[in-house]
Amino acid sequence: MSWLLNSSIGRKFIMALSGCALILFLLFHMSMNLVLIFSVEAYDMICDFLGTNWYAIVASMGLAALFIVHILYAVVLTLQNRKARGSDVYASSNLSPVEWSSKNMLVLGLVIVAFLVLHLYDFWYKMQFSELFHLEGAEPHGSVIAIDLFSNPVHVLLYLIGITALWFHLAHGFWSMFQSVGINNRIWLPRFKVIGYAVATIICVGFAIVPIFFLAKHFLCSSCI
Amino acid sequence: MDKTINITLKVWRQRGPKERGAFESYKLDGISVDTSFLEMLDIQNEILINQGQEPIVFDHDCREGICGMCSLYINGHPHGPDEDITTCQLHMRKFKDGETITIEPWRSAGFPVIRDLMVDRTAFDKIIQAGGYTSINAGGAQDANAIPISKEAADEAMDSASCIGCGACVAACKNGSAMLFLSAKVSQLALLPQGRVEAAKRAKSMVAKMDELGFGNCTNTGACEVECPKNISISNIARLNREFITAKFKD
Repeated sequence: MSWLLNSSIGRKFIMALSGCALILFLLFHMSMNLVLIFSVEAYDMICDFLGTNWYAIVASMGLAALFIVHILYAVVLTLQNRKARGSDVYASSNLSPVEWSSKNMLVLGLVIVAFLVLHLYDFWYKMQFSELFHLEGAEPHGSVIAIDLFSNPVHVLLYLIGITALWFHLAHGFWSMFQSVGINNRIWLPRFKVIGYAVATIICVGFAIVPIFFLAKHFLCSSCI
Repeated sequence: MDKTINITLKVWRQRGPKERGAFESYKLDGISVDTSFLEMLDIQNEILINQGQEPIVFDHDCREGICGMCSLYINGHPHGPDEDITTCQLHMRKFKDGETITIEPWRSAGFPVIRDLMVDRTAFDKIIQAGGYTSINAGGAQDANAIPISKEAADEAMDSASCIGCGACVAACKNGSAMLFLSAKVSQLALLPQGRVEAAKRAKSMVAKMDELGFGNCTNTGACEVECPKNISISNIARLNREFITAKFKD
């Protein structure tokens, strides 16, 4: 199985598989978030279920491993590609018309990582981590954190920036993963691109609705909370 | 009287692989728009020779777009601003009067500059030597329809076989990847029964050679497909990935 590490196609295969698993995670995470709009109690039940039991902890660690593999391979691939490209740049610049996101996957990824750090501090640290290590300030109710956080316009803006970067990352990443594992041809290439835009839009709109909803609720009808 | 234009050339001059290169500018007046791009360079070289200077070194051979010898990165595009042609098929009518035309060699670690605009593309030959052939004796030409091949497979194989190995894909790629070239060479054989026999071995050894020669990892930007003078599709890259991954899983 050394080809997964030693060959260019093997490395891209790993990127595609880890990316696919992360997209599935995002779909789940997005659906879970939407519950908060409809029922605070149901949302807290889900948070409780995903809190400090062994299944949730093992799943969290698996998820973290996925992120680490995806990020590490991204860095390795980018470094190798910079070397393969060489240090000589074109004076007339590269004017080949290609998708903007396809050329900036690492930069978009770094924005997402920055967002991820903020997001983990906001939620995961206060919920699972603090509860696990019995730290002070542990907040068992996810809804309390979320509603409090999204009443702050600056925080909502930061979240929306992260979600926008995610949209561009997914817009290229979705069809690219099918291409990298070889499930693609002339007919399916444009189809996967369209499906990719749809999936990216569904995920990102689903994520964006929650902070926007609670910000609007905070300003328009503070008595309802 | 033909329409003529006056242009300024900004050309990369580099005396040898290890020497430092730099751009030099040349003013060229009264170039007919019907002149081909390489004829225009010939005119410029004639002037340089008459002045006792070194002519600009560039690759060229058949000058009818089939040999894959001409290169040149012109105004931000491999093979210049026109679509689906090689540099030798580019004409001066694609440029405006008074325009400055920047001419550079292919730039990639896999294609080191030999001199001026000429680069060393033997890496492609090495990749072909690693498996881009059928080692069985196929004998004389078969009777038509003796070996059934679907129209779709025949068309796809023919499209892949139109790759002339010029290296524009590598030159356009931000990763210096040779995947479009490699995938065309693997596909043209993998789609036909004669090439199918060694398909798995071919994909593995050609990819191994490509990686060994220091070409980059494909990140599916698609710049290669856009700039390819022969319109090779990146669906070939998906086929190469498929061939390679299934071959590795079978091992």
